[in-house]
Amino acid sequence: MTYSLNRRSILRGMMGGTAVAVGLPLLDIFLDSNGEALADGGPLPKCFVSWFQGLGYAPGHWEPKTVGPNYDFGVHLRALTPLKSKINIFSGMKIYMDSFPANAHSSGPQGILQGGLADPSLPSLDQIIADAVGTRTRFRSMEVACDGSTEAYSRRSATAINAPENDPAKLYARIFGPDFKDPNAADFTPDPVVMARKSVLSTIRDKREKLVKHIGAADKARMDEHFTALRALENRLAIELEKPAPLEACAIPQAVETPVKGRLITEARTCNQLMAALFAHAMACGQTHVGHLSFGGSLSNLRRAGSQQTFHMFSHEEQIDPALGYQKEFEWFSNQATEALLDFARAFESYKEGKGNLLDRSLIMYSTDSGYAKTHSLENLPMMTIGSAGGALKTGIHVQAKGDTVTRVGLTVQQAMGVSVGDWGTQSNNTSKTITEIVA
Amino acid sequence: MKMKNKSTWFSRKTLSIAATVMACGALSTGAMGAGAGLSSSEVDAPTLRRLTAQQYQRMIADLFGPDVKIAGRFEPVQRQGGLLEVGTSTVGLTSSGLEQYDAIARGVAAEALDAEHRNVLMPCKPAAENAPDQACAQQFFNFVGPHLYRRPLTTEELSVQVDLATDAAKNLKSFYRGLELSLASMLVQPQFIYRQERVVPVKGTPGRFELDAYSKASRLSFFFWDAAPDEQLLAAAKTGKLDSAKGIAQEVDRLLASPRLEDGMRAFFSDMLGFSEFDTLAKDAALYPNYTRQVAEDAREQTYRTIVNHLINEKGDYRGLFTTRKTFLTPILGSMYQVPIAHKSPNGYPETAWAAHEYPEGDPRVGILTQMSFVSLHSHPGRTSPTLRGKALREMIMCQRVPDPPGAVEFTVVQDTSNPLYKTARDRLNAHATEAMCTGCHKITDPMGLALENFDSDGAFRTTENGVTLDTSGTLDRASFVDAPSLGKAVHDNPAITMCLVNRLTSYSLGRGPAKSEAAWVKSLNEAFATQGYRVPDLMRTIATSPEFYQVSVSQPE
Repeated sequence: MTYSLNRRSILRGMMGGTAVAVGLPLLDIFLDSNGEALADGGPLPKCFVSWFQGLGYAPGHWEPKTVGPNYDFGVHLRALTPLKSKINIFSGMKIYMDSFPANAHSSGPQGILQGGLADPSLPSLDQIIADAVGTRTRFRSMEVACDGSTEAYSRRSATAINAPENDPAKLYARIFGPDFKDPNAADFTPDPVVMARKSVLSTIRDKREKLVKHIGAADKARMDEHFTALRALENRLAIELEKPAPLEACAIPQAVETPVKGRLITEARTCNQLMAALFAHAMACGQTHVGHLSFGGSLSNLRRAGSQQTFHMFSHEEQIDPALGYQKEFEWFSNQATEALLDFARAFESYKEGKGNLLDRSLIMYSTDSGYAKTHSLENLPMMTIGSAGGALKTGIHVQAKGDTVTRVGLTVQQAMGVSVGDWGTQSNNTSKTITEIVA
Repeated sequence: MKMKNKSTWFSRKTLSIAATVMACGALSTGAMGAGAGLSSSEVDAPTLRRLTAQQYQRMIADLFGPDVKIAGRFEPVQRQGGLLEVGTSTVGLTSSGLEQYDAIARGVAAEALDAEHRNVLMPCKPAAENAPDQACAQQFFNFVGPHLYRRPLTTEELSVQVDLATDAAKNLKSFYRGLELSLASMLVQPQFIYRQERVVPVKGTPGRFELDAYSKASRLSFFFWDAAPDEQLLAAAKTGKLDSAKGIAQEVDRLLASPRLEDGMRAFFSDMLGFSEFDTLAKDAALYPNYTRQVAEDAREQTYRTIVNHLINEKGDYRGLFTTRKTFLTPILGSMYQVPIAHKSPNGYPETAWAAHEYPEGDPRVGILTQMSFVSLHSHPGRTSPTLRGKALREMIMCQRVPDPPGAVEFTVVQDTSNPLYKTARDRLNAHATEAMCTGCHKITDPMGLALENFDSDGAFRTTENGVTLDTSGTLDRASFVDAPSLGKAVHDNPAITMCLVNRLTSYSLGRGPAKSEAAWVKSLNEAFATQGYRVPDLMRTIATSPEFYQVSVSQPE
């Protein structure tokens, strides 16, 4: 299997196991002397990625022993050491159940990403952030899954669930296909077909009241979603009709042509690397500022070739190795996920923008579904952030909470990304307490 | 709001999904008794149903030709009440989902109006191809509009599409490009993507309401053909034929007699049997090297063909699906089943051709439960699962919900296939089920699944596991069996399967579970099904000719 990826070879090194710097030329005329702001003084936009991997880690083996800066990773997170200074770790966080039943593997993502268990119709964190920072990009957000799943953890509401893209080749075509406008191209001519399409959509929207009459109350919300989506499409066309602001670090990757789909862990790793590169390119080229990647779902069926057991099966079925104190096979899978998270973050770090890199203005949030997958525990859920969101957060810190709600992380992340919000979460998971230890 | 004597949309009362939470010791009776499995106290007013991917594709093929490509993906629907079709009543669309619809729409419109297709599709020719032609655009939308929206366009809707085509043609200096953009816009509008139903007062029965004629036409065509109404059905709606019981009965007979009934039958059983899971089914290539994508697709098709042949061609008893020895095989399936299927190429039929096959008496392959589709779909990627198979039988075919396993369970003994103490799945499950919290559920799932242990995860036949002869005996609701064929007989004789079929078929046709107030109707359907010898097309006729099929609650009109 060969992957012809990208003229700047962002992945060439990664495919061999190590990330390489992109080393793109930069015309300083467009950026300030630090390379971290546009020439007009405005900072480069912040980017956010919600990165999910189900089943978490073995409790007692991932948490740093010390609190604050200069922590040491627990054994299961050691693969992240190269980026330690950029990573915040939160331990001791939990989801309060209130009166709701624990739903094996779905309560975890709901609690962390939707702010509690009381209302499954609430939008997920990535979509809240997209509302704040994604309205002036071609794509409000991008959602992908690397385990072949048709569902991930990004949603507008209970009935409007973002279907993830599984195939990097298709994601490539969506972003860098014929409708893509190179922000650094010298010439720009608005496409008359795009103008006509936008005009058509505007008319449909204007005629909405006459076209969809007598809609009942229960279906009105679904129609609202539909017209919101039409408006987003119209907005995208409007953006395509404007000359994009130059982004000199923007590099157009070569087409990803070979489909990558599968449930083997090796296939998921490759998918994650390709998706990471595409996210990085898309964000550097101003196509979107928000993404969600599900490396493996809560019921992760990721497995090794030739093995009867999946990651999920191991989480429940494997006996704890008495010498190690954790499940050995499970640890192998969770370590693969950790390395995949590192691959993802390094794709951003290696994407140079002036004197800095894309990770400097980004925030990657890791979340999972359980504190102990074997028992579906919602206590001590592993949580991490990578990147400072353009300096909004301090990094390299371990915060040890004592049973605080996970929504403190979500609230802090929202504020770091510029969402105007004072408190977040439902019922006992509602909080107005940000994590002050990491707020810059 | 005062009821007006014209078509109106109404709000749908909140569907109260009866959360059937129960311990396994007291299995849900589901479809076991009259009134069971009913979802809310009143008949719901109609709601919007999003077209399934299959329905979308069929509509495009019917109108523009089967060669017009659908390039894109559809957002998934969540299964409710055992059916995706019920899930279409609540699912919405995200902006990235609509972006996909838009891409598909533009591709379809471009191809439908390209030089090759337009000559067939267009009812007129424009005066000039580089300029707008309002009259021709109007003819075009008058033709395609009713097929796309399943009813005539309103004056406003028609005028919007014609104006859009005119403006775009002017800007792009091309009549067909203008038409193309306007057509593409129809395909992203809710009137196309969602099936909307309208209600009118029932004539002569003040205070009661039913679907209007075009909504009746849609319900009928999607139920029987999984497709939009054809010209004849739209004409029947227009002329008032569907306002009378006699007219409906005539149309129902026509729908039943059409070869397209096969499409509807396939769509329903695909939904009921969860065959959409085939799209993501994978077997470990190292363990099951013969289970290729083609084998999986043929396995699904084998079951479709068995169902269609038994229920439509042979007018068979539904229960016979679990005991029939007749099926259809391709050469590649024949090699998996160890049944020689002749290759007659190059001068005979091609190697992929299907051949009818009847298993002899004494052969273990009896009924659809022993087919590769069922046993491979309900297995792990690398081994069988009596529990998954038994659970699928209980839930999909008997409409009985089996709870998910509790959290903190020790599964180790079940999964360790190399443990010398527990060589077969039965041994491992017996050891596992000594845990009190597991016993109840496994008692209701495992016996039937163990009867299918002769069929490996890829569907291949085996008599031993780890050198030990498999014990496939057990009981299903007090009926004993010793192997897969006698399990098929026990399933055949179990009253839950016919009640489940009635429940599923009714839910599928309505887009919701039957309401409590419809219990008497459901009871009468069950009785009619038995009287008719459990023939599914007859049951479909009974459903579609019932006044209840078209009646709706309008207690909360808006």
